[in-house]
Formats: sequence, C-alpha cells, structure tokens
Amino acid sequence: MPDKPMIAIEGVNKFYGIYKALDNVSLDIAAGEFFSLLGPSGCGKTTLLRSIAGFDTPTEGDIRIDGQSVIGVPPNHRPTNMVFQNYAIFPHLNVEENVAYGLKRLKLDATEERRRVAAALEQVRLGHLGKRRAHELSGGQRQRVALARALVMRPKVLLLDEPLSALDKKLREEMQVELRTLQRAVGITFILVTHDQYEALALSDRIAVMFGGRIAQVATPKEIYQRPNTRQVADFLGGMNFMKARVTNETATRISVETPRFGGVTVDKPLGFIARNGAATIGIRPERLRVLWDDARSDFEVAGKVVDRHYFGEITHLIVDIPGLEQPLSVSETNNFGADDIPVGDTVRLAYDPDALVAVAD
Amino acid sequence: MSGRHGIPKSRWLPAYVGLYLLFLYFPILLLPIFSFNNASTTTFPLAGFTTKWYASLWGNSAMLEAARNSLIVGISVAILSTILGICAARALTRYRFRGKKPATGLIMAPLFLPEIIVAVSLLMVLLQLGLELSLVTVILGQVIFCLPYAMSVLISGFDGFDRSLEEASLDLGETAIGTFRRVTLPVVAPAIVSSLLVSFTVSLDEFILAFFLSGTEPTLPVYIWGQLRFAAKLPGVLALGSLMLLISILLLTLSEIIRRRAEHRLRAQGAHHA
Repeated sequence: MPDKPMIAIEGVNKFYGIYKALDNVSLDIAAGEFFSLLGPSGCGKTTLLRSIAGFDTPTEGDIRIDGQSVIGVPPNHRPTNMVFQNYAIFPHLNVEENVAYGLKRLKLDATEERRRVAAALEQVRLGHLGKRRAHELSGGQRQRVALARALVMRPKVLLLDEPLSALDKKLREEMQVELRTLQRAVGITFILVTHDQYEALALSDRIAVMFGGRIAQVATPKEIYQRPNTRQVADFLGGMNFMKARVTNETATRISVETPRFGGVTVDKPLGFIARNGAATIGIRPERLRVLWDDARSDFEVAGKVVDRHYFGEITHLIVDIPGLEQPLSVSETNNFGADDIPVGDTVRLAYDPDALVAVAD
Repeated sequence: MSGRHGIPKSRWLPAYVGLYLLFLYFPILLLPIFSFNNASTTTFPLAGFTTKWYASLWGNSAMLEAARNSLIVGISVAILSTILGICAARALTRYRFRGKKPATGLIMAPLFLPEIIVAVSLLMVLLQLGLELSLVTVILGQVIFCLPYAMSVLISGFDGFDRSLEEASLDLGETAIGTFRRVTLPVVAPAIVSSLLVSFTVSLDEFILAFFLSGTEPTLPVYIWGQLRFAAKLPGVLALGSLMLLISILLLTLSEIIRRRAEHRLRAQGAHHA
C-alpha cells in the first residue's frame, strides 16, 4: 500500500433507523487500483459505493478522496463518476448528448467538447452510434454509453454498481475482459460492486468481501480464494470442504492441527481465529483433491466411496464418503481422464497437497 | 389475445359489435351530416350541401363570446389541474407516506361522483360565501373534475421515471436545479403536455358545472344549451357542435400519441432494469 491512498475510508458506520447497513468499515484503496466490493445482496457494498459517490452519507466516520474529506460534499462536487446498475441513460438525449452531458457544465469550446466526446465513444468502441437514442441500444451498448459518459469527465475514481448484472452470461464475460482492458488503458481507480465472485476474481487487483455491513477480508483474488479468513468467505467464493481438527500447537501466526483423515498439518492462523474446545475448522477446495487412477500412488491420499456424481461438461463433481469424516468430500475433477464415468458406489483414492489445507475462522 | 383459441367463434359476436358501435356513434355521426345540410330541420332526405351554417357562426357575437369564455376556462383549468396533478403525482409515485391510498382515492373520486350533486353543493357554498358567479367559479369547479384525468395521465408518465436519471445528472456535475431543467422536465414533459391537452378537452366539453357556476358568462356547452330552445338556431348549433367534436377528438388523439411515445421510450429505458 502506498503512503497516500486514493480513497481512505475510516470507521464508517451507516444506520437506517436501527438497521446497521455499514458497521465500522475502514479501507484504503490505492490510485490506479481495480478494487471490488464483493458480497451477497444486503451486505452493504452498494451503500458503501453510494457513500463514496455522495448519494448516501455515513452516520459516522470519514471518507477521503485523494486526501480530501468528502463528508458533506454533494455528488456533483466529488471527483468521482458512477456507472449505474441500470445505466441511467438519459432517454431524451442521443448517445453523443448523453456523453456530453457533464461536459456542458465545464463550458469547453465546441471543438474541444466534440473531440472529447468522440474520444470517449472511441474508447468504448461506440464511435459509429453517436446519433442513436437510448431505446435503440442493446444492453451492452447502454453499458458502454454509461462508461463513456462517466470516463469523459476524467474522474479520479470510477464507481461501478453491478454494471454487468443485467447482461446475459456470454456478453457479461466479454464485457469483463473489456472492462479490465479499459481500466488498464485509462489507469483510473475503479471500484466495482458485484455479487458475482468470478467477476470479482477475474477483474480485481484486490477484493473486499463484505457480510452484514462488515468487511470480512481484503486481499488479492488469489489470496482470498486460496486463504479465505473465515468459513463464510470460503463458502461465498466457490465451495469448500470443511472438517473439525484438533489443535495441537498454536503460535502467534501458525497453528498445528491433527485432522481426522488428512494427518497432522501446520497452517497459517487466520485473522480472528479462536480455538473452540481445542478445535479448529480446516478446509480444502474441491479442485485440490485429485482422483488417483489405477496404481498411481501419492504420499498424501485418502480413500472413500463415491455416493453421488454431478456432470458439468468440462468437470465432474464427485461426492466421496470418507470413513471418519463428518461430511462427505466434494471433489471437482476434470473430465480428461474419465471422472464422469466413475460409477456411483465405486471406491476411489484421492491425492491432496497438504499445502492446500487452510484453517478458517468460524 | 388468449380468446383466439379459447372462445369458440360465434356468428352473433360481429353482429353484436356492429349494433353496439352503431348505437354508440351513429347519433354523433348525424351531427356533422346535418351541419352541412341545406335545410333548417334535421330530417331525411338531405336537402343538399352547404357551409352556410358554419359561415353564420363567424358573425354570431354571442357564440364568439362563449367560445372566448370556453378558451379562458379551458386554458386556466388545464394549467391549474396539471400543476396540482404534478405535485400529487410526484408525491404518489415517489414517496411512501401514511394515508397515501385514501389520498389517491379522494383525488380520483370526482370521476365517480354525480356531477350535478357536486355542482349544486358548490353553488350553495359559493352563494353562502357571497362570491359572484363568474368564469373564476367555473374554473374552480372544473379543476376538481379535471384533476383525476390529469392525475391518471401524469402518474403513468411519472411511474416510468427512473430516479437514477437524476442521480446520474448530479453525478455528472449538474446542480439540483440544473438536473430538474435538463433531465426531470424533459423526460416528464410528454406526460405534462398530455395532461394539459386532456384537461383542456374535458373542460371544453363540460356542461353541468359550467351551467350552474357560470352566471352571465356562458361557456360553449352552456351557450348551445341556451340555443336549443329555438328551432331555427339548431343548424348553427350542429355546426358548432361538429367543430367542438373535431377539436376534442384531435386534442385527445394528440395527447394519446404523445403519451404512448413517451411511455415507449421510458419502457425501453427501464427494460434492462428488471
């Protein structure tokens, strides 16, 4: 983290009556970062974004943008621009007029204004649709207009409120790539609100996962996926197999546990970890378990009976009952070697890497 | 739509529809037909084509006076009902508040109240207050009756208005007043124009309230009513009636076109919202 963040959020609380929408949120976002606020609906991510934009006011706490506190500053005086969830394209204006809307306030000379509008439309590859009206545009095109309209203002921070959620899957994936490319090209700080974990993982430099108005974890996509702090975070970002393990040793940063079937391991201690009755929750991602074929051997393996099988095209999920574990393991295996043909009832051996085991706080 | 396959076709249905439409519109069709008829009685066979009844209207100062009154009343009523309607429609479409449903009901109720009862009670109140009957009293009375029409048009216009449009404008640096001028007003303008046209038309055609409250300044419908006593004036009344019919149809059609076009635009805007 550089010494001066672009956005500094400090101890922000937001109450709606007695409902706490934001609960002591503190966060620094660096200049040029692609930052995602990820969480289920109602977790406070949109409230936090709208507080940065100026549409919501924190009950307590401070928000600074580029060193300046923006508490009490109305949205039209903040160096942020927003892409709304429904894009909010002005229906009575055409594409060019939409993009030029904010520039009109700046009283630029006509050629300069035209040049900036054209450049912004070019940037989102809409140069040819300048005269179209909102109702003549597809969902993806509206999204680009909303992007161009915000970027043309050259904000310090671009705020995106679930901008891809209204698009169908294929278009959404295309726009994800485009969004990332665009952010690299303009170099502006992007803050994206999303409930789609894959979107957050694919786009972000860092992610803040939120639940119930609190930030559960802030980390890079890889870190957050591989080393989730809490069971909730692990569950929200893809599936995870959990098991109870006995704590044998605990230092400031590491804990050693004795697992029921995965032997003794020493793992990083997650933030906020408290051993309950000397037990810890240990998890392993389904794709970190591999089926051992024929007489292949591994130093680390468990064996059990396949009780169910789900086919997903390129992968198959096997549900494997391991004697000694409270819950059967979910295994995600690619179909290259015929995992989709393993009959239910067969016994399989599974290899794992002890490094893939993580401890999570409950 | 669903009836195409569900309900068996009946030979009687087209006949019923034909009779229904005939009963509804044939008498109204007679109006323009006789207004061009070269005879002072309204009987068949027609006696030949003439426009003299229309020409006679222009020399009729009492009629022109009544037309002027109708215009004053109509424009005032249109503006007042639309302004009141804008306030009410904005409150009803944007905010949740205690008593919202009863308030809506009370505003819309004049649609279903017997007009003559309301007219008589208004007359009693005005006389008790010692107010002179004039065009002003007609305007006040008619606003009550035009407000529901204005409201229904405005509510359908405002319902489609997406609040994030105003937020987007603020976000792009515009002030609150600038946002109202550059976004709110243009987006709801069609509904407002539509409301003005509808209220004007309702006022133009309104008789009972105008009859009770207009005193010595008749509006067109009151003037027509007065002329009906004289058989010789009937063709002139028919010509005037035909003109009013034409104007009403034109205004209502125009308002409906504007309203639908705006609705289409807003629906297209909101389509991706859901």
